[in-house]
Amino acid sequence: MPAMQEFTLRVRRYDPESGEAPYWAEHTIELEPHRSVLEGLLQAKARFDGSIGVRCSCRAAICGSCGVRINGKPGLACHTHLDKAQASSQTGDGVITVEPMGNMPVIKDLIVDMDAVHWKKVQRVTPWLIAKEPVPEREYVVDRESMVDVTQSMACIQCGACVSDCLSMEIDPLFIGPAALAKAYRFVGDPRDDQQFERLQDLAEDPHGIYDCTHCFKCIDACPKGVAPMNQIMRLRRRAGDDYKINDRNNGNRHERAFVTLIRDYGLLHEAELLPRSYGGDSWFGKFHPAAGQEMLDSLPVVTKMLLRRKATPKKAIFGHKIPKDDLNAVKRIYETVEDRDDRYELNLYISGYDEDSEEPAPEQSATAESGGEGMTAAENGQPGMEPEDSPTREESDPEGEPTS
Amino acid sequence: MKVAYWPGCVSRGFTPELHGSMAKVAPLLDIELVELDRACCTGAGVIAEHNQELADTLNARTFALAQSVEGAELMMNICSTCQGAQTECQERLDANAEYRAHVNSTLSAEGLSYEKGLTNKNFLWLLVEEIGLDELRSRVRRPLTNLRVGPFYGCYIVRPYDRLGISSDLPRDTYLAQVIEALGGTVIEYAGSHKCCGFPIITMNKEASLKQAGRHLGDAVDAEADCLVTPCPLCHLNLDLQQPLAERVTGRNLNMPVLHLPQLVGLALGLEPKDLGFARHVVKPSTVIDWSTSVVAGVGAGSSSGGW
Repeated sequence: MPAMQEFTLRVRRYDPESGEAPYWAEHTIELEPHRSVLEGLLQAKARFDGSIGVRCSCRAAICGSCGVRINGKPGLACHTHLDKAQASSQTGDGVITVEPMGNMPVIKDLIVDMDAVHWKKVQRVTPWLIAKEPVPEREYVVDRESMVDVTQSMACIQCGACVSDCLSMEIDPLFIGPAALAKAYRFVGDPRDDQQFERLQDLAEDPHGIYDCTHCFKCIDACPKGVAPMNQIMRLRRRAGDDYKINDRNNGNRHERAFVTLIRDYGLLHEAELLPRSYGGDSWFGKFHPAAGQEMLDSLPVVTKMLLRRKATPKKAIFGHKIPKDDLNAVKRIYETVEDRDDRYELNLYISGYDEDSEEPAPEQSATAESGGEGMTAAENGQPGMEPEDSPTREESDPEGEPTS
Repeated sequence: MKVAYWPGCVSRGFTPELHGSMAKVAPLLDIELVELDRACCTGAGVIAEHNQELADTLNARTFALAQSVEGAELMMNICSTCQGAQTECQERLDANAEYRAHVNSTLSAEGLSYEKGLTNKNFLWLLVEEIGLDELRSRVRRPLTNLRVGPFYGCYIVRPYDRLGISSDLPRDTYLAQVIEALGGTVIEYAGSHKCCGFPIITMNKEASLKQAGRHLGDAVDAEADCLVTPCPLCHLNLDLQQPLAERVTGRNLNMPVLHLPQLVGLALGLEPKDLGFARHVVKPSTVIDWSTSVVAGVGAGSSSGGW
């Protein structure tokens, strides 16, 4: 058995009902280094101060109750080893800082109000299956691929770590947010659901919906289960814009269309065209649309400064820049080849895994290896780091054995 | 060292001073830039959002072009967003031989093929990992003494850390601070250094986008930074170009100059501010340099006597 070791926890204490300001309390606990931060907190609570507020249940990284910020980063207290936490200390003296999660009000100490933010937002996306009619007498039969597609979003344990760190929500608290939108994809991607279009339209037209995500990757790093909520949001956009042609009022789809078209036509981004087209529509005439005019007017101080400082010359603003003709043709050929396919070819590494012959271990694989025993085993179905041949998509397709509801 | 150089779109579009200053700085660091002028936009995540295979194929083409540059040690970019978008595509291409072959079959029409394992580094990574901070320090001609610089990384170059290879052994999310220090400047810590500038949603939720930019700029003002420095031209657009609008949304005067990384390096290596394109910024870097005397920070700062 490994020797006991001392660790110092610096816990943020706050009781809103007391009327007193938050403060830090330090406790030195004694445990084996491979034990979890949660065990450390519980020992501090038992030995030194029974009033420390912390929520926990399973202690095995599956119930999602003990989401906290450790050394500034969100995670599960039961899923973080004391020695690892000590190594990532930001204080310089190995002290482990434990704070409540962000973007949610504190109830007491490390306990945040998940109902006020997280669960409310999850409810917002109608988090249940709306069955297709007629309901079959026995089970729905769906093809394997389409269910595999939603396994990543199904791995969510609702811990709120992604909500805690969402940079869009920090600025716009109305943003539906990463956890709820990942949940939305779980049903939008489910072939048994009857209201995929309605769901997507709702989320695309909401000014705080799928187009309010800034691509900051915070939720991808925050998630202890590899759900990559941002990737699910991108899938929602792809479905909304490309499959259902939802031309939302937030310019989300217009912006994407304009961007994609401009790269096909110029090879490089033509910024002066992108902006008006994002508002006015994806064609050369987009800039003459009233919405584009309004935007230009609104941005007049910026446009004037740009021209004054010669950031953009009128010539460049009108004609943009292009890559050589032969190369532009090559780019157009790639567009034609790929966009002519009947189905989009998408590779989800979470599901397909990494080739064995990778000289360097694939990033997520090495992360799993390093954190071995932290509750997430590589053999778990649909986990990052699994070998390709173990993956559900690589199994021999057996039409008789399709998953059912 | 010889590098296959991908400048990106915006550095040749709305932030021409970035591409220009990189070209001036490269010889001072013995970097030979072979520009990939045949390559197309990385898609900045937007093409991948539309069609993953399309983004992967377009970027595989760029990687293949980079690999065909004779004698180049690696590929270098000067845009956080390019780094992130390219690394995302490369991760998929490198992970799965079958997928790589599929993408290469599209490229074969042009006689191109991407071979797994390209090294692609932002100028920031190249400075620290290839050139080295000691070497950089030894080449400084005009130390940025007393210049208080806030780093602004850009999301795509610091997250997700697994994909970008960030770890305690490779702390790429601290490089900007290390470079500022090596150039003799003072690193300013403020809340926004690793946050999102808001640019990706400027056309979708303009208010939230500008609030993000305004908040980080305001935090830097409160921390008494003289300027920010960023390796990302898209962040530069929201932080500098849109700063007048960010001021309007946040209701405070910001007046925070934002420098491109090669500009900051160039300044320390002794280049003239005029040659680094400072005149093209929306927010004049008068707190950084006195235009008339080219004195950096400390002496002369705040007494910008015309000439802009």
